[in-house]
Amino acid sequence: MAAHSLSPPLSRLLFTVKYVSLHSRCCAVHSKAHYSTVYNPNEKTFDKILIANRGEIACRVIKTCKKMGIQTVAVHSDVDSSAVHVKMADEAICVGPAPTNKSYLNMDAIMDAIRVTGAQAVHPGYGFLSENKEFAKRLAAEGVMFIGPDTHAIQAMGDKIESKLIAKAAKVNTIPGFDGVVKTAEDAVKIAQEIGYPVMIKASAGGGGKGMRIAWNDDETREGFRFSSQEAASSFGDDRLLIEKYIDNPRHIEIQVLADKHGNALWLNERECSIQRRNQKVVEEAPSTFLDPVTRRAMGEQAVQLAKAVQYSSAGTVEFLVDSKKNFYFLEMNTRLQVEHPITECITGLDLVEQMIRVAKGYQLQHKQEDIPINGWAIESRVYAEDPYKSFGLPSIGRLSQYQEPLNLSNVRVDSGIQEGSDISIYYDPMISKLVTYGATRNEALAKMEDALDNYVIRGVTHNIPLLREIITHPRFISGDISTNFLPEVYPDGFKGHQLEVDARRELLASAAALYIAAQLRSQKVLGDQRVSTIPVKCTHWELCVELGKGCHAMEVTKSGDVYNVEVDGGKVEVIGAFNLASPLLPLTINGSDRMLQCLSRDASGMIVLQYLGTVFKVRVLSKLASELNSYMPEKVPEDTSSILRSPMPGTVVAVSIKPGDTVAEGQEICVIEAMKMQNSLTAARQAKVKSVHCKPGETVGEGDLLVELQ
Amino acid sequence: DWLVSFRSLTQVKYGAVSASVAQTNLHRDCRWYSVSHLSVRERIEKKRKAALVGGGQKRIDAQHKRGKLTARERVELLLDPESFVESDMFVEHRCSDFGMEEDRNKFPGDSVVTGRGRINGRLVYVFSQDFTVFGGSLSGAHAQKICKIMDQAMTVGAPVIGLNDSGGARIQEGVESLAGYADIFLRNVMASGVVPQISLIMGPCAGGAVYSPALTDFTFMVKDTSYLFITGPDVVKSVTNEDVTQEELGGAKTHTTVSGVAHHAFENDIEALLNLREFFNFLPLSNQDPAPIRECHDPSDRLVPSLDTIVPFESTKAYDMLDIIQAIVDAKDFFEIMPNYAKNIVVGFARMNGRTVGIVGNQPKVASGCLDINSSVKGARFVRFCDAFNIPIITFVDVPGFLPGTAQEYGGIIRHGAKLLFAFAEATVPKITIITRKAYGGAYDVMSSKHLRGDVNYAWPTAEVAVMGAKGAVQIIFRGKENQAEAEAEYVDKFANPFPAAVRGFVDDIIEPATTRKKICSDLEVLASKKQVNPWKKHANIPL
Repeated sequence: MAAHSLSPPLSRLLFTVKYVSLHSRCCAVHSKAHYSTVYNPNEKTFDKILIANRGEIACRVIKTCKKMGIQTVAVHSDVDSSAVHVKMADEAICVGPAPTNKSYLNMDAIMDAIRVTGAQAVHPGYGFLSENKEFAKRLAAEGVMFIGPDTHAIQAMGDKIESKLIAKAAKVNTIPGFDGVVKTAEDAVKIAQEIGYPVMIKASAGGGGKGMRIAWNDDETREGFRFSSQEAASSFGDDRLLIEKYIDNPRHIEIQVLADKHGNALWLNERECSIQRRNQKVVEEAPSTFLDPVTRRAMGEQAVQLAKAVQYSSAGTVEFLVDSKKNFYFLEMNTRLQVEHPITECITGLDLVEQMIRVAKGYQLQHKQEDIPINGWAIESRVYAEDPYKSFGLPSIGRLSQYQEPLNLSNVRVDSGIQEGSDISIYYDPMISKLVTYGATRNEALAKMEDALDNYVIRGVTHNIPLLREIITHPRFISGDISTNFLPEVYPDGFKGHQLEVDARRELLASAAALYIAAQLRSQKVLGDQRVSTIPVKCTHWELCVELGKGCHAMEVTKSGDVYNVEVDGGKVEVIGAFNLASPLLPLTINGSDRMLQCLSRDASGMIVLQYLGTVFKVRVLSKLASELNSYMPEKVPEDTSSILRSPMPGTVVAVSIKPGDTVAEGQEICVIEAMKMQNSLTAARQAKVKSVHCKPGETVGEGDLLVELQ
Repeated sequence: DWLVSFRSLTQVKYGAVSASVAQTNLHRDCRWYSVSHLSVRERIEKKRKAALVGGGQKRIDAQHKRGKLTARERVELLLDPESFVESDMFVEHRCSDFGMEEDRNKFPGDSVVTGRGRINGRLVYVFSQDFTVFGGSLSGAHAQKICKIMDQAMTVGAPVIGLNDSGGARIQEGVESLAGYADIFLRNVMASGVVPQISLIMGPCAGGAVYSPALTDFTFMVKDTSYLFITGPDVVKSVTNEDVTQEELGGAKTHTTVSGVAHHAFENDIEALLNLREFFNFLPLSNQDPAPIRECHDPSDRLVPSLDTIVPFESTKAYDMLDIIQAIVDAKDFFEIMPNYAKNIVVGFARMNGRTVGIVGNQPKVASGCLDINSSVKGARFVRFCDAFNIPIITFVDVPGFLPGTAQEYGGIIRHGAKLLFAFAEATVPKITIITRKAYGGAYDVMSSKHLRGDVNYAWPTAEVAVMGAKGAVQIIFRGKENQAEAEAEYVDKFANPFPAAVRGFVDDIIEPATTRKKICSDLEVLASKKQVNPWKKHANIPL
């Protein structure tokens, strides 16, 4: 599909910004100077590249291809036929139905696509076939270039057991553990006991946190073994597991390496990826606040040693765990472009995809180690379609009914593969985008991130912006005091959203009141000649009550022009804003400081849902009269849910562990739901007898669907 | 017949009404009996005061305890502050039997509060039945008060809102009360199509009383505290031996999901009244006024790129028509009518560039969006309201046809389906139609097609206008022949696209979905001056 078919008519005014944003992302993003190196148009690489991936990473690769004048071929599953990457690419081939093993992992179909389109090279992105040596072999057999390391390196580093041995031999620090394949759960327990708890059980073929479990005792080891092998089998088609010493409270810091086919290798500094949930990264930054130049160099050099030891070429990442004493241990090497590569691009100025393509063609690296700078600071937030209030993020699905990236801000990069109207489905990763901000200093980058998160409009799916914003404004994060246990330590009882201080609460209440009044006044603005004249309410002073949570706050508001003076809870708040009641964004000046609020919904009964400081608050604004009378309204008793188990997310039922009549203990597993390739065990909230079971293995369930009833 | 059952209901259910007569001496403080030593001014003051407390504090407390507001509180919440102009505060009932003539059984204003006021500055006439006075029962005086404001609303040309909370007829008055109902019914009928009439049921409304709401344009209910039925559970039990609760028989859920009697239900009195204010904003004051235009912040030429991908590739796959509607209308603001009844058709009010429009859309998510008895009737009534009150109609079509089956045929789908056809055909307001996907068979004709005087008919590129789906068509055309699959592919190629309709001029244009809002807004601007008159007739004969 031709990219120019996306171009909208150019005669639109302001409101078309949303519509052209995709276009500007495709074409104009590079003019925003994410990269400082200059592309050399005389350096011939490939005529046509097939991108064996979907979503944001496919779009990301296509962008660089366009810059380099390379034709692009997208592959897609049938449900993705109108996806952004398909529209961006010059050609697109459908490679099968939605499930990944039938489409994006379908090597036969992808090989056919390569033949049909005559692509000379394949960029695999990350995930899917990116670290599949079989795929690399088949490409090589047909003389198609794989844009990545050669098969040998993929094989060597792809296997965690082998990679550890090689790392050890290359004098890279490694973690104590068992260097063999674990065969049974009992094996796992025995090995774990030998290493000493806690231990980490992980898929030998794995990566990206999939198929990984931490165990603190024998029972957890058995359970972890079962889960990890299942997840490993479904995600990687390889259920081999390994076990190693689990380093408590470590930081996750990784080194980006770049190597060519001529024996040259560089380290492009580090990325700190310690903020994780369930071993999946959430917020990353480059550089790390924790590393001093000496440690950085030591890690960088070891990473390069490892790369050289396996004759690595292309971009790769060597992951380390770093303990509080700055001891670092080799974790694994990812032989592909990493999700979080943009932050390295921001601080080094290199276009990693461009470098990968050059290297694949056989060119030497353009840079020397001393040419690699650390320019400023970059932060990446992974914006996910998931509910952060449930275990820091359970997948959510839906249609992006409204979607606006904060690209109006400077120093913001958004890598995404979706647009307004896109579906986030159960078939694929629930990532919406990678939001990257950068600045001369970390504080600048952080301040920009705050702004960018506040300006990011996402409607139709639940998303994790509340959590992201809380993380990047948390004092511990700001001071750099983080580890991979950051989330469970900071939110031991789970994430509960932003906790409002007195001033912030007043500001929220005042903003809601101002919005309410603006909407009320607009209701009286009837245009045109009236047969019976309209008599607007002459009111410049309002007495309101605003409910937030359990509390009800009386307030008085006076308005003159766009200035609302609000007295609430004994404090005064001045809100200035020209409310556009059709816009999701509410730019306000509250007590002199600029704030971006978002209005998610507003209804006739005074309910206003606002996103403020990242978190969504439900506020109800009532006139004083309505509020007084509201006390007579009966309280409606909500449904008793303690004896009902509903699916917390959309997904597939993998196993049902009970049947009607069984007695379950508190915490006992009832069933397992797989969503977005993660298996989630649902447990009984209390001891009870099972009344009825409403699901069976293999069934697809939606969020809130009734699974099991207890007595 | 309903008269009999209605009488027995009021007796059974509202024996309480007569019992309450004797208790009113509790309210001696605020009432007036012997007048000789007071001046007229003082008497006026006393009467006014008494009128304001209706049946007295104890009754007010009881009303509150039921989770209900009083008649006056409701009026105050419904109308703009200080805009209420009350009439007939001094009217009293005229019954002289059963001790009713005693002063202590006379309440200034009787059991209803009436008057006029403003909602967001716009004129409205209101009556609010007062349950604290004789259970809100309808006396001759009560009916007369309602009739008075209805007559005024008709002469001025302004809507009437009724807040119903009444036990039924005033038994002590007998036929006078029944006459009162009939007087109201007549006015409901006369006002129908002249001024919008809205009923909000906020308590009991039973027996003959139900026919006033039924005659009005919209009936809203309050969940858990309101109910509507011809005869109550006791009578039902004695006649048909059915055990049924009030809520099951005539509660908000029943009427908004099963019977289709009510158009919307709200959580409580306050939410109902606030929503009614919002709803009122959409309506013109009368049939002499154009659809109102409110200040709009949503650009009329906004493109909606998300619509380009909303219709799934497989024509068997569902999508939510509400997504389309909300994306197109001003600021996603859509007031759905009957959201839980006959969900295979979506109807409601929205605005396009500030101007009120009526939206009708097939809902592919429910029963594939087919037309059946209930959805036809729901759609027809809505279309006729819009036509009566100059509200342009925008129709989104994705309809596989009429629902087949014995249940539908025996139920009279032919005559009910004809209602929707009739309504669209006779409507003379601006009519804009967008075929988003399927427009099959007779249902294509019905859904505001070009042939029924659609002003502007668009098709999206995903539109398929055909007699039926490819499979069925091929089975008929090529019965018994081989190569059905090939024939099907040929049929799809020929008909599963907008061209057959477009080449014949049955759709005016094939448009990119993203431009739909822009197109509609600009068409409405032009159509604002549309003039179309149907032939003179006493009235048409819609197949009821």
